[in-house]
Amino acid sequence: MSTHSPSSTTRLKTSRRRVLQAGGALLLATLWPTARGRAAQASQAGTGVLVEDVATPFAPNAFIRIAADNTITLILPNIEMGQGIYTSSVMLMAEELGIDPFAVQIEAAPPGGGAEITGGSTSIMTEWLPLRQAGAAARTMLVQAAASHWGVAPESCTTANGAVVHTPTGRTVPFGDVAEAAAKLPVPKEPKLKDAANYTLIGRKHHRLDSQIKVDGTARFGMDVQVPGMKIGTVAACPVQGGTVRSMNRNAALAINGVHAVLVTDNKDTVCVVAEHYWAARKSLKALHIQWDFGKNAAITTQTIYDDLHAGLNGPAIVANAKADAPGVIGKSGTTYTATYQQPLLAHSPMEPINCTAHVRPDGCDVWAGTQVAERARDTAAEITDLPASKITVHSQYIGGGFGRRLEHEYVTQCVQFAKQVPYPLKIIWSREEDITKDRYRPAYVDKLTAALDDKGYITALQHRIVGPAVVARWDPPELTKDGYDEDLSLATVVTPYTYPAYRLEFARREAPGITTAWWRGVGGTRGLFVVEGFIDELAARAGADPVAYRRAMVQNNPRALAVLERVAADAGWGTPVPKGRARGVALQFAFGSYMASIAEIEMPSPDEVIIHRVTAAVDCGQVINPDQVIAQIEGGLIFGFSAALYNEITLENGRVQQQNFNTWRVMRMNEAPRRIDVVVMPSKEDPGGIGEVGTAAAAPLLANAMAAAQGRRYRSLPLLSARNTEGKE
Amino acid sequence: MPTLMINGQPHSVDVDADTPLLWVLRDILGLNAAKFGCGIAQCGACTVYVDGKAVRACNLPVGLVGERAITTPEGLDMADPIVRAIKSAWVELDVVQCGYCQPGQVMAAVALLRTTPNPTDEQIDSAMSGNMCRCGTYMRIRAAIHHAAGELA
Repeated sequence: MSTHSPSSTTRLKTSRRRVLQAGGALLLATLWPTARGRAAQASQAGTGVLVEDVATPFAPNAFIRIAADNTITLILPNIEMGQGIYTSSVMLMAEELGIDPFAVQIEAAPPGGGAEITGGSTSIMTEWLPLRQAGAAARTMLVQAAASHWGVAPESCTTANGAVVHTPTGRTVPFGDVAEAAAKLPVPKEPKLKDAANYTLIGRKHHRLDSQIKVDGTARFGMDVQVPGMKIGTVAACPVQGGTVRSMNRNAALAINGVHAVLVTDNKDTVCVVAEHYWAARKSLKALHIQWDFGKNAAITTQTIYDDLHAGLNGPAIVANAKADAPGVIGKSGTTYTATYQQPLLAHSPMEPINCTAHVRPDGCDVWAGTQVAERARDTAAEITDLPASKITVHSQYIGGGFGRRLEHEYVTQCVQFAKQVPYPLKIIWSREEDITKDRYRPAYVDKLTAALDDKGYITALQHRIVGPAVVARWDPPELTKDGYDEDLSLATVVTPYTYPAYRLEFARREAPGITTAWWRGVGGTRGLFVVEGFIDELAARAGADPVAYRRAMVQNNPRALAVLERVAADAGWGTPVPKGRARGVALQFAFGSYMASIAEIEMPSPDEVIIHRVTAAVDCGQVINPDQVIAQIEGGLIFGFSAALYNEITLENGRVQQQNFNTWRVMRMNEAPRRIDVVVMPSKEDPGGIGEVGTAAAAPLLANAMAAAQGRRYRSLPLLSARNTEGKE
Repeated sequence: MPTLMINGQPHSVDVDADTPLLWVLRDILGLNAAKFGCGIAQCGACTVYVDGKAVRACNLPVGLVGERAITTPEGLDMADPIVRAIKSAWVELDVVQCGYCQPGQVMAAVALLRTTPNPTDEQIDSAMSGNMCRCGTYMRIRAAIHHAAGELA
């Protein structure tokens, strides 16, 4: 277990920030810390353990540090939450540098030193060029330094295994030996990148850098942070959003063994009990018997929210996208088809419940957290403590599941608010009940689609109305268009493998009262694909067409979409007879810059039971960095999506979320998981697409279409096994 | 409180007898590999052994443990061929994603192979269905257990 001395880490962090701002290599040589400071930090090369504040003579950019002893530290711009990005990021730099990815130690970029957010399946898309350039720039400088030392031409040198090699003579020199000399060279602005034909890492399976520590249990998550003198708190926010504490029994709570304090937020909406350990805090929280004033949201039910969404199908809406005159074509068409879809609120419930540790002092504040938004974590701490951002240190930890939950930072705000009231470091752990009932939820939506059809049953015009919240309006207000549109809703609707002769997308914004809505794995892609792929499947059925053949006809001019569809159909044996008692469904998608086609083969022994025998997927995500982790993301993303598609719906009664823990919030378990998932990754030279959300987006339409084939009825409402579907209560 | 025997070492702790073992391990002793996931024995992230049997530490009061031998994920012995085979298979197949549930998964898998050296898919599903994984690494967990069983055969 590692510990931190906040004062020394704060100082080092500040010095590195100056280094980053200074930018020039010449300045760097004067700022590296003392040998004593470096010696204190044992090398973590190859372990996956996160280091902090490593300063070295050679630091050509924000991502690469090479010490005289040849310790190589790579600073990774996006945060690891399971998606394998630390491994891929290291591979990108290692490819150009000429090092073994297991020979480096890794550091999570501090706020401002890396990506502003990790989310939206964007990491590889945004890292693909800059991290290779960072590696190539460092290589160029190290080679130049070694070549000058040897008196040879740089062109006659290469790099391998952390050393510069003079190819004609076979002489080698470790990077560390020329690091100081290299640091005095100018940083090349446009370093020459390796030819893809010479890649030895990119595109080949590489083991995860964090496997061993996660298997042994030594990987440190936010939940595992231990700081000297730390105490542990747990919280209760009012069960109804907007309510406040009326009264509570402090004496009973403080009488519990090991309890130190009962704290309340300034606006009285949340109570925290601080104790020696979580259990004492939890017991004490119960003993408080908090009485709440529930406020104006105390009457809200799920039906209130659904009714409001359905009402939004009529009346005003924004036209978010238009091509030709879709309403006109539909109005004049002899054949139209309409369907309405409904999706529920969803919780994230990552395996690691929400937690955060903070130490607020007069001269600074340290925050230890798993966060997808380290800058926002820093800024909220600065705001609450009235300290400048430079006095806030965010120590990013491994994330025990993100799925969008840790794109929110309100738990950092909350933790710092409470930590500010006590002199010691405070770790706040939410109970699972708090985690589920005080989540920020994937919104509920209602969609209505109307198509005009030609005589073969293909779309001549499509009109689509989305009713629901604009998540971006709260999360990143400037991104809401001036018309009031959230571009996320274009995923899988406007952005699709299909083209329509006439198209119109409308958005009627309806913000749900009494809850806060947020991003959830797959964002607009998950939301939109259920609707659009379900609708396309309905149109195929209406036309009496094979669902694959119907889609094939629609993507004749889209070679990448066509290729994944043909490949998955072949791999899944689409044309072969379906085994008795089973049914197959298909989904085709383009989202996050990646194409995928998938086929599920299922069995339904009864209307409320689904056995997933096999899922087959063909994915084209452009240039692949680590193909085995692409497969892992599709496997896991599908299963994450299957849980929600089959089982999950957050409901409210009297303004309170009804689901509390994993006994009432069902998560797919191993015995319910598919018997088999086969993923083929298509070779591609296109720029990389995203992959972390691709599988999840496919999950609901894939099952809904297979279930429709099994039951001879459509599934237009999620979750698929809700009473609305199993008992026909639509 | 009786002295707890954890990974072969005696520990005396001063907590109420109703304190779940998990919080003694994590918050008092700093043994962090067993994870908090639900607190109601639904998810398996906190799996430990008591006298060699896999149990959920999150709702096992320390007062009921007595002097029985507790093994946490930290106490898994790499000299044990089953432990070595399971952990190696997990790394070889890159099972982990976020990794939070995995120490519990490993504990459950080792316990399975101790009683069932060559499990079928159904036996694996049955033994492992108490250990949730939100990242959905089930396909690889199943494969890794078969892989480990094959290595031990």
